[in-house]
Amino acid sequence: MRRIGVFVCSCGLNIAGRVDVQKVTDAAAGIPGVVHSENYKYMCSEPGQNLIADAIRQKRLDGLVVAACSPAMHELTFRSAAKLAGLNPYMVQMANIREHCSWVHRDEEQATAKATDIVRAAVEKVRRDQPLEPTRIPLTKKALVIGGGIAGMQSALDIADAGYDVVLVEKDATIGGRMAQLSETFPTLDCASCILTPKMAEVARHPRIQLAMCSRVTQVAGYVGNFTVQITQAPTYVDWEKCIGCMDCQERCPSRLPSEFDRGLGKRKAIGVDFPQAVPNRPVIKADHCLYLQKGRCGICEKICPVEAVDFQQQEKVWEEEVGAIIVATGFDVLGAEAFAEYGYGQYPDVIDSLAYERLNSSSGPTEGVIRRPSDGEIPKEVVFIQCAGSRDPDKGKAYCSKICCMYTAKHATLYRHKVPDGQAYIFYMDIRAGGKGYEEFVQRAVEQDGALYLRGRVSRVYEEDGKIVVKGVDTLAGENIEIAADLVVLASAVTPRTGARELAQVLKVPADQDGFYNEAHPKLRPVETVTAGVYLAGAVAGPRDIPEAVANASGAAAKVAVLFSNDELENEPLIAAVDESKCSGCLWCVPVCPFDAIEEKELIERVGSKEVTRPVATVNAGLCQGCGACSVACRDGAMNLKGFTNEQILAEVEALCLMTGSPE
Amino acid sequence: MSHDWQPRIVAFACRWCTYAGADLAGTRRMDYPASIRLIRVPCSGRVNPSFVVRAFQRGADGVLVAGCHPGDCHYIEGNLFTRRRYSLVKRLLEYLGMEPERFRVEWISAAEGARFAQVVKEMTEDISQLGPNAKMREQL
Repeated sequence: MRRIGVFVCSCGLNIAGRVDVQKVTDAAAGIPGVVHSENYKYMCSEPGQNLIADAIRQKRLDGLVVAACSPAMHELTFRSAAKLAGLNPYMVQMANIREHCSWVHRDEEQATAKATDIVRAAVEKVRRDQPLEPTRIPLTKKALVIGGGIAGMQSALDIADAGYDVVLVEKDATIGGRMAQLSETFPTLDCASCILTPKMAEVARHPRIQLAMCSRVTQVAGYVGNFTVQITQAPTYVDWEKCIGCMDCQERCPSRLPSEFDRGLGKRKAIGVDFPQAVPNRPVIKADHCLYLQKGRCGICEKICPVEAVDFQQQEKVWEEEVGAIIVATGFDVLGAEAFAEYGYGQYPDVIDSLAYERLNSSSGPTEGVIRRPSDGEIPKEVVFIQCAGSRDPDKGKAYCSKICCMYTAKHATLYRHKVPDGQAYIFYMDIRAGGKGYEEFVQRAVEQDGALYLRGRVSRVYEEDGKIVVKGVDTLAGENIEIAADLVVLASAVTPRTGARELAQVLKVPADQDGFYNEAHPKLRPVETVTAGVYLAGAVAGPRDIPEAVANASGAAAKVAVLFSNDELENEPLIAAVDESKCSGCLWCVPVCPFDAIEEKELIERVGSKEVTRPVATVNAGLCQGCGACSVACRDGAMNLKGFTNEQILAEVEALCLMTGSPE
Repeated sequence: MSHDWQPRIVAFACRWCTYAGADLAGTRRMDYPASIRLIRVPCSGRVNPSFVVRAFQRGADGVLVAGCHPGDCHYIEGNLFTRRRYSLVKRLLEYLGMEPERFRVEWISAAEGARFAQVVKEMTEDISQLGPNAKMREQL
């Protein structure tokens, strides 16, 4: 028989103003098993907690009901208080008579009756509670960072500087990510390379960071502290251990292809690096364009390589890493041509996207930083920038705001004026969103000092006429139609998650939203965590982010990892599923419903008479189970139960609530 | 039945979304009928149909199962089980002769306090029209 104590809080007048607290206290005293019942003005205060502690000791209580606010508010408070007084913290239940009762019902009699019911259900629940101990699991103090852009690099550096090993997986042959493609950055107009490349070098030479280039994460098993990650590395056809980075091969390679890094505006060789500052500065062979790999001819690179590093036989490499935490920093893509038929993107060479414009501005880009239009290499005298290309457009594009476009378009117009002083930039926009330190001032400078002409309205059509790109639109502020014969059109295409991000989300068991951005565990209070313990987010994987935000995010995620790694063992919430092996028939229906792959088959050895027999039963991995309880519903034998939310407890609550007080019968 | 008869409604509320949504209704001091009693569960996918049947047998006039919107489940896919499971249970209950208004499955997020209050109001009004659950109540 339990010895239960009920503590009813008045919460000042928050509860007592609507609920007759004394009546609830008296009614609770009459419930079998309740040996102590009292009320107090503020149960969460120190004197209130002392009341509870004293009662636990004096009345030898082995179960507590605190009738007060929502468990979201103070469950931890009272569990800790119980623990300090020597009671198992899981022997405490909250009866939420504030948020769910006194604050939402006007009639005092009804509210008091409901509060009594809520307390009775909590007493019945705690009566069936069992003391629980958190399980302790070891952890591997090594982190995996997926994505080598600015966010991934920052996370890797912070974790490595904290003294833990990091594996940084990058799908390309160089780290740097999107930021490496940028020319200058808003609002300071710092050259992106100048602030990025030193960081790239720092990552590469950090003794605690191991780079896995041209690689992808293909499988993830395990749980927080103990992940096993499969990494698949595409062949580079160059032995990077031998290669000295002389780039003679790139010099001599006869095969050229459009450079993806330059958004197709420039050419690269079939063997070589994406850009001269690539880190690691090692070439790869693009197999689709290599004459030797395609046709068995050429092979010049192999012949001239002074260290015999070219290896046409190289195969895909697959290996596993044991890590304790994972940071996802896969960054973003932009909407492609299929979304912008009306803007002529993909049809006219002089309609480009903003990333291509960045390459035109970059001194390491295809035009060495001179703005030339792709069709004929002329310097454009009139440039139209179209903002919200695909953003804030739920019908055809994306419903969300891509957030960074207002600022980079202002930057683009500014850079254009600096480079082409007699040119004119026109910007079609919906709204200017320049929230950020120095951002609004930057946009104003683009307008006032650099002559950007902002036109509020949408573009209806873009077509080619007499070597010009004609942009037809409307200026809704002036109320007139506008037609501009432009030399170059730049689309601020919507920011989207990286291609493949959704598949990776499934591998990681992290939920993504309808657009494919990963969900934070809490959008405000846990912005770098996911609901999967041990998996964290950094940068644009969770939504459009600018560089400072991505870096802040990345450091935040790294701090979370460092906090995790500061433990030698992890404590696991004990409210998890458990199998009653005597009841389990081994049907294993629970296995496919588990979203976390936490249930496995186990051979149970039993002695029947003088013989040993084995039979299969389900077993729950305490490290993986998150306590959703799906398995307990699927179980046909009633063998699977969820600690803290057992079938018996929930049914007892049902019974208690159906005996509502104040009912006419 | 007296005119001030109020139905008793038992709700199974997922702790991440609907329970928090009901908390929000409280924080915002929304006013809704005192007919509802919540049982906190980790996930709407934890709600065994036998819990629902037991509530009706013990005299609940209405039952609500409520959780996160599909796609928002804290446990990735628990509410998808709920959706499938309870589209069947709902039909079963109707087949047994229960009025459909007595049993509802709702997606109410932690931000939807107003929606929680609205659902309680609607259910209370609908069930008040129907009167007490006589169909499945056990005669004790």
